[in-house]
Formats: sequence, C-alpha cells, structure tokens
Amino acid sequence: MRAAEDTTMETTNDQAAGIPGGTQKEDEKLTSEAAIETVGDITVENPRIQCHNVDVFYGDKQAIKNVSIEIGRNEVIAMIGPSGCGKSTFLRCLNRMNDIIESCVVKGDIQLDGNNIYSKSTDVVTLRAQVGMVFQRPNPFPKSIYENVAYGPRIHGLVDSKIDLDEAVENSLRRAGLWDEVKDRLQQPGTGLSGGQQQRLCIARTIAVRPEVILMDEPCSALDPIATAKIEELMDELSQNYTIVIVTHSMQQAARVSKRTAYFHLGELVEVGDTRRIFTNPQHRLTEGYITGRFG
Amino acid sequence: MEQRTVDLMQKRLKRRYAAERRFKWYGRISILIALAFLLLMFINIVGKGYSAFQQTHIRLAMTLDAEDFPSDISDAEALFAADYSGLIKKALRNRFPEATNRRDKRALYQLISPGASYKLRDEIIANPALIGQTVEVWLTADDDVDMYVKHPPKGDAGGEPGTQRLSEKQRTWLEQLRSEDRLAKHFNTTFFKAGDSREPELAGIWGALVGSFFTLLVTLCLSFPIGVGAAIYLEEFAPKNKWTDLIEVNVNNLAAVPSIVFGLLGLAVFINFFGVPRSAPIAGGFVLTLMTLPVIIISSRAVLKAVPPSIREAALGVGASKVQMVFSHVVPLALPGMLTGTIIGMGRALGETAPLLMIGMMAFVVDIPGSLFDSSTALPVQIYLWADSPERGFEERTSAAIMVLLAFLVVMNAAAVYLRKRFERKW
Repeated sequence: MRAAEDTTMETTNDQAAGIPGGTQKEDEKLTSEAAIETVGDITVENPRIQCHNVDVFYGDKQAIKNVSIEIGRNEVIAMIGPSGCGKSTFLRCLNRMNDIIESCVVKGDIQLDGNNIYSKSTDVVTLRAQVGMVFQRPNPFPKSIYENVAYGPRIHGLVDSKIDLDEAVENSLRRAGLWDEVKDRLQQPGTGLSGGQQQRLCIARTIAVRPEVILMDEPCSALDPIATAKIEELMDELSQNYTIVIVTHSMQQAARVSKRTAYFHLGELVEVGDTRRIFTNPQHRLTEGYITGRFG
Repeated sequence: MEQRTVDLMQKRLKRRYAAERRFKWYGRISILIALAFLLLMFINIVGKGYSAFQQTHIRLAMTLDAEDFPSDISDAEALFAADYSGLIKKALRNRFPEATNRRDKRALYQLISPGASYKLRDEIIANPALIGQTVEVWLTADDDVDMYVKHPPKGDAGGEPGTQRLSEKQRTWLEQLRSEDRLAKHFNTTFFKAGDSREPELAGIWGALVGSFFTLLVTLCLSFPIGVGAAIYLEEFAPKNKWTDLIEVNVNNLAAVPSIVFGLLGLAVFINFFGVPRSAPIAGGFVLTLMTLPVIIISSRAVLKAVPPSIREAALGVGASKVQMVFSHVVPLALPGMLTGTIIGMGRALGETAPLLMIGMMAFVVDIPGSLFDSSTALPVQIYLWADSPERGFEERTSAAIMVLLAFLVVMNAAAVYLRKRFERKW
C-alpha cells in the first residue's frame, strides 16, 4: 500500500537526514536514550479517547513508541512535530485506518468511551462511523456533490426517506459552510469544485454521518490561505459539538485552533499541554527547539 | 576565469535539441511504416475480396409444364419431390438446341450451379401459381462461369488460370447469353446467408459468423465475470501471502501458454471427461474462456491497483465496509479499464484458430448453428479452410471472409468503446 511506503520512507529520510545544526548530536543522544518521558499532563477530565502505551510498527520499523494520551470531550487537540514523527500514524490508529496497511501492527490500549477499539468485539465499520476522518488531500468521490454527502447517511441507514436525506445533506453542507456556494449545482461532480471547497465537501461528508470524533490529517496543507482560514473557522464552530483531533505542520494553525497541543518527536510523545503554555513556555528542550524553529 | 553556465550549456544544447528532433523523426517514420503496411494489407484484402460480394447469374426462360409436377400443386411436400434440376436442364437444352451429343450436353449443364435447382424449388413452392407458365428466372452460375465473367480472358493467351476451365464451346454459349443480356452479376446474398459448401458459389460466411458469435458469447459470459471477480478478490480481499503470490505467478504464466495447449486441455477435460458436445460453440467458448481469463485477470488487477488509495480511504473513512468500498467506489473507477482488458482478450479469442482445431471446430459444417450445442465452425477456421481450397472461387471468398472478420472485430471494439465511455467517470 502506498500509505505504508510513504510513512516508512518519511521515517527513514528523517533518521538519515537527522536534525540540522549543532543540536544534532545532543538530540540524537536524547532520542537514543531509553525513552522520553512525556512532559505535561496527559490526562483530562471526562476523557473521550484514552490511549495507553501505544506502539505502532511498520514491519520491523517502530513508528510510534509507547505513547499515552487522553483526549477530552469537545476538545480540539493539535498534534505537531517534524515530518516523520508519527503524528499521522498515531491519528490513523484512532479510527483503525492503519488496518488497511498490511504490515502495520498496533499494540497497546486505545479506548473510545471506555471501549477498547482494537478488541475483537469492536466493529471497525461502526468505529469509523463514530470517528470520522478528513484527509490531507481533498478526496471527494468522483460523484455528484449530493451523492458525496448522501453516501454516509445512506449506507448507515440514518435516514428513512428522500426528504430526510435531502435535509441531512443540506444540514451537513450548511455546517461545512458550503451550502450557499453549491446549492444550485448539487448534481454536479464534487471533483469540479476548488480545492478549498472540496475539502469542505469532505468535511460535510464526514459530519453527515454524525460522528463523535473528527480526525483531521493536515486538512489545510493543500489549500491556499483563504481556504485555510475558512476551514479553521469551521473547526472552531465544529468544536462545540465534536471532539477534533488535528494533525498539522503549521504551528500558527495549531496555536489558532486548538486548546491542547501534543508534540511528537521520532515516534514519541514529548510534551502535551495547554496550547498557550506549549507555545509560550515549552518545558522540554525538544519542544522548545521545534517551536523556536531550530528544526522542523 | 570561470565560464558561465550559459556558455557551458551552449555546447551541448545543440546536441540535446538534435537528439529531440531525431527521436521525433524515428516516431514519425515508424508510424508511417506501420500505416503503409496496414494500407497494403487492406488494399490486398479488399482488392482480392470485393468481387466475392457479387455473383454471376444466368437468366433462362423456364417452361414450367404442369406435367412435370405432381397433380396436387398445393401440396408442398409433393412439390418438393419434383425434378428441378431436370427442369433447368430442359431450359438449357431449349436455349441451346445445338448441344445434342452427351459431351456437349454435360458441358452445357455445367454452366449452372448444382445449387440452382434448390433455389428454383423454393421459389416454386413459395408461389405454385407459376406452374403452367413460362417464366424468366435468374439462376446462379457455376463458379467457373463466375470466374470467367469476373476475370475475362485477355487476348488469345487463354487468360488467367481458372478461366481455362471452360471449353471453347462453353465460352461461345456464355458470350451468346451475354449478348442477350442473360448474363449478369448480382449482389451475392448467398455469401451472407449460407453456411459452408463444396461449391464456391454456394458457400457463405453466415454459418461461421453465427458460430463465432455463439462461441464469443459463451467466452464473454464466462470470462468477464470470472476474470473480474478473481481480479477483485485477489487484489482487494485476499491476504498477501505465499499462496496468493503463487497464484499470481501462475496466472501470469498461463497468459503466456500457447493457445493450442488450451485446446488439448479442452479436448481432454471438457469433451472427453465432461462430455461437452464436440465441435459445438459451447466447447469452443469454454476453451477460449481458459485462454482469455489470464489476460482479463492481469489487466483488471492492474487497473484496480491504479485506483488511488485516497478513494479507498475516503470510503472507509465514512464507515463503508470493505465490500461497499470495493463495489461502490473502486470497481466503478476501474470498470473502463477492465472493459479494455476484456476487449483485448476477446479480440484475441475471436482470431484464435489453434485451440478450435483440437475440439473439432475445424470441420466442414454446412448447417447454420441454431444453438450453443450444434456443430459449427468459426470465422478464422473458415478462412483457413477456404484458403486451403483449390477452387479459384474460394480465393476471393477467403479475402471476403477476412473482411467480415475484421468488420466483426470493429463492431465488437466499437461496442466496448461505447460502454467504456458510458462508464467513464470524470476525475
């Protein structure tokens, strides 16, 4: 699978390239030491997702090392870190998207509302309906705008009639801030929209299923600043009803949209905390190095 | 002083552009050569074959005396038994009373095809009121006459080979007929309506065409669902382990197996073991299915692989199950490519002769097959059989049959292109 190759390649590249500048040796020393103790409070009150000692392997390569974190209800948490640090891999564990990668093995314990999502009794289809996902590149189905949004409710049987379905589609598009732009051309292909519109269509498609958690994997990295601003606004609105986990390369974005931030480094969770504190007063020197732009 | 990049580049730039131009010309020349050969082939085939679409007929005044027919002319069965070739002979004798001895009479009778009496019979049975009258009837001429008319001898050298098969006397009779407007070329309906025959003027392509159609129908109905199903399973559902690797290697090897081997397999398994009727389109279809399957599986897997992973992720991300993901998102995107692979396989199957030889479709079959279980032959086999016949009339029919085969192929491909266009999704 391509995703697997991508991720492993990134990891190797990063390890080969190392970290530029004088910090290289020190950082290598740091990361080669037994394990990094996560700085900051990983627990939250009223958690929705609890991860304990999660390890992820791609074949022989370990992409995630012993990560534990809790994610609260209706919280926006950003995951930042240099490329290849495993933040996307970790995100994809939360709705078992890594299952489609043949060589990927996930160990540890991830609970959604107290149920282990990797247990045998968990149905992966149900899980993915509860934990929706928005991907890095907009990936609408090559179908009409209407069909894109209607697909989820239809396969899950969330609506009984055509009228209900129309309403669900309209609601989802409205909440994604796309309704006014597309209401007159619902039957046109979703792939004909601009990049930002496509990404909002993907968000509409995700919320049409009425998930509890939305995972966003660098949702704005393929978009221009105006489209990015719209998506960020949207995230702000969505955070009132949904738990949002966003992976981002842009620290400004993390600072703008999230309440909490988690910093990953080479597969390890280095620091978690209140976004403002992370950006103003990072405790770990790796976090500090990343935020001040010494590497990234 | 160090040289600037621009100056350094200049030296090689000319050579780089020259290489580009050279390559363009290589491409153009090879396309031209290909087109020239294609044109040559078409000119050759059409030039040789177009004359087969016409057939020489001779018009004779037939005196249909009531005494030559049974008394009850409304009884079709009784009419069937009447001596129609005798009637034709009588008409010929009436027209050329100078042929009195046995040898001349035989030469005279040879002008008309032995099949003409059947046509006359059918006409009279269809319209018994003709009995008792004298009617002018166009009768199919013999193939030697046909050749004489289509390729008239030049000068005194005796003309082209084949025309010499007519004696001096026969030629004189024909010239007399021609001067009376009793000799003419008509559109050759027999060629499109009849099955094979020993006589070129009675032989037609319809039997082989129907045989090929039935055979390919069986092939398509079996190989498309099985091949595409196997490809989808192997690509989307099967675990990746040494067993599936083994299957993949074997499928790839099967695609390269000479087709006659499949024919032997079909003979041993389908006909001898399962008792599928010999020479029938169903047996041919089974064998060609075996041959086509690897092609369809390999090409279908390739297009499934080419469907971007983002679509799979999008479907799984909204909670589609694997089957839903595959059948409502991946397969629709891969379908045009699958159809292309299928049409390549079917095109190969249409032109295949070797495996059909082994299962008895290399036969002289006169009847038009009416079902999948009747004995029949196929277009390429028919072409081979005719190309092998010594009669000159079969030479032009061979080329004409090739044209029919090519037309069949074009129609089939056009249908596939149409389907592909319909299923194609704008990305």
